[in-house]
Amino acid sequence: MVTVTSEQLHRPNHESEVTPVNQPGTASRPAVSISAANTTDTAGHQPTSTVPVMELDGVSVFYGDYEAVRDTAMPIQEKQITAMIGPSGCGKSTILRALNRMNDLIPGARVAGSVTYHGQDLYAKDVDPIEVRRRIGMVFQKPNPFPKSIYDNVAYGPRVTGMKVDNMDDLVEKALRDAALWDEVKDKLKSSGLSLSGGQQQRLCIARTIAVRPEIILMDEPCSALDPIATAKIEDLMFELASDYTIVIVTHNMQQAARVSHYTAFFTAEVDEKQERHGRLVEFSQTGKLFTNPADKRTEDYITGRFG
Amino acid sequence: MTTSIHGAGSAAGNSLRQGRRRPVESIVKALLVAAAFVSIITTVGIVIALAEPTIGFFRQVSIVEFVTGTSWTPTFAQKAYGVLPLVSATLVVTVIALLIAVPIGLGSAIYLSEYARPGVRKLLKPIVELLAGVPTVVYGFVALFALNPLLQKWWPADDGPAFQNLLIAGIAMGIMIVPTIASISEDSMAAVPRSLREGAYALASTKMQVSTRVVVPAAISGIVAAIVLGISRAVGETMIVTIAGGLTSDRVVINPLDGAATMTAFIANISSGDIPIGSLDYDSVFAVGALLFLITFALNAVSIRMVRRFREVYE
Repeated sequence: MVTVTSEQLHRPNHESEVTPVNQPGTASRPAVSISAANTTDTAGHQPTSTVPVMELDGVSVFYGDYEAVRDTAMPIQEKQITAMIGPSGCGKSTILRALNRMNDLIPGARVAGSVTYHGQDLYAKDVDPIEVRRRIGMVFQKPNPFPKSIYDNVAYGPRVTGMKVDNMDDLVEKALRDAALWDEVKDKLKSSGLSLSGGQQQRLCIARTIAVRPEIILMDEPCSALDPIATAKIEDLMFELASDYTIVIVTHNMQQAARVSHYTAFFTAEVDEKQERHGRLVEFSQTGKLFTNPADKRTEDYITGRFG
Repeated sequence: MTTSIHGAGSAAGNSLRQGRRRPVESIVKALLVAAAFVSIITTVGIVIALAEPTIGFFRQVSIVEFVTGTSWTPTFAQKAYGVLPLVSATLVVTVIALLIAVPIGLGSAIYLSEYARPGVRKLLKPIVELLAGVPTVVYGFVALFALNPLLQKWWPADDGPAFQNLLIAGIAMGIMIVPTIASISEDSMAAVPRSLREGAYALASTKMQVSTRVVVPAAISGIVAAIVLGISRAVGETMIVTIAGGLTSDRVVINPLDGAATMTAFIANISSGDIPIGSLDYDSVFAVGALLFLITFALNAVSIRMVRRFREVYE
């Protein structure tokens, strides 16, 4: 067991034994247009990296016999914000939950295709979902702090994962500072996490997630339960965090995707010959390109408000 | 004139005054109020019924002797009225029962709520609850004639358990209150929102950590309530201790391998005997009953405080 110093704790945990993989084959899928070419941006942040930490290829998610999302292929680029947008029922949250095996908790849920993390198959038999979730954390739609003190909420993850921590107080403070919450709660660390406002609770959940130093943070509509001011704070925070973390955010708010993300994936729901609805990835590209020059007609219709 | 104006309004059917009486409504309300009062009146009635003979008892026996005396022999020639032997026997049996029932009850609640698949839970929970329907007299006989001989046979040392003893009564009682603790705890764990579990899983918790660090603390008020209800049942339970617990009350018995009369066992024994109303023996039953009532009352009060103190409010 290696003792992790607080200095090391500040750095996301990379799998040193795994060599980064270049993205193969993702552009060959006809239904999905992927573009890495730079365009003149009017939306989104210019990507600063094209090293994929995760890759999805032919990913379908089933609930029992029902195929909720079909044949998804896209990369998740390191230390970038990737947004997933689309109308309700298009499978964006389902795909997000496939990225850290949260779907395991739903009886009957099954993932087909390949989801890789630094080249390792996330769904291989010998992969421990606990280890997956230690490296790939998640923030939920509705803030869900534990009914414990603010301090214990943040310290929960390091405690259960058995992180070697020199000074828990420092770690809690750092996580709360990184989540832009420290100044608001430093005098009441012992009060319940539920005594905070909705936006503060969501930032507490973010602090709780980054306290275990994951490499990737998944966010499932993190602002949908918040007012515009709280939303703006979370968006600022996301952009700050992107210098250390890879972030994937599901949002039904197109403006939000345009504001915060480097890459955007647009999903939609299709009705097949058996009248069943399936989520499909329509287009994945740099956010600036997707919003200004979409390759697919359906994307254009959606972002111009013609449907959805 | 005025009549015609008012008359016009009501004739048109837009008067807001009550037009027809609704007798059923008030009858139902009266019945519901009566139902609510039955339990209050019963409690008050019990207190009054206990008070008079208890006061009569304490006119002849000092409270100090009652509380500190270590021998309880109202039926002996040499009468003594120290209640400690009855209290200690009750305490020993209750502690043994809890040592059995809390781990098993909580364990089954955690299994049912967190580990069991929905189909398994649907099957198992009614079966666990069925155990609560077994009459206590059956537990008493099973303890005395089935469990105790086994215990005596397997006991490693020479001086094994007596024919009737506190240990076997406590074990039987523990099994009896498992369903109470399991069922109420499971209800309160099942009420913990799914979002809390998901949050914990997303922080790389194992199932065990989710259960013990998130679900159990969030459900603690229900769990404490379940345990206190279990204690109340154990303290008040009569049949098992009367049959299997023993009758000794002339000295304080702490060794669970010996038999001793609990408060309830004494009341049951003396009441089934032939004692004249108004005698000191008769009054002694009520004094012990009053003490039992006080203990249960205090337990409930303590539990309410504990629940408030440790509760993790999750909404």
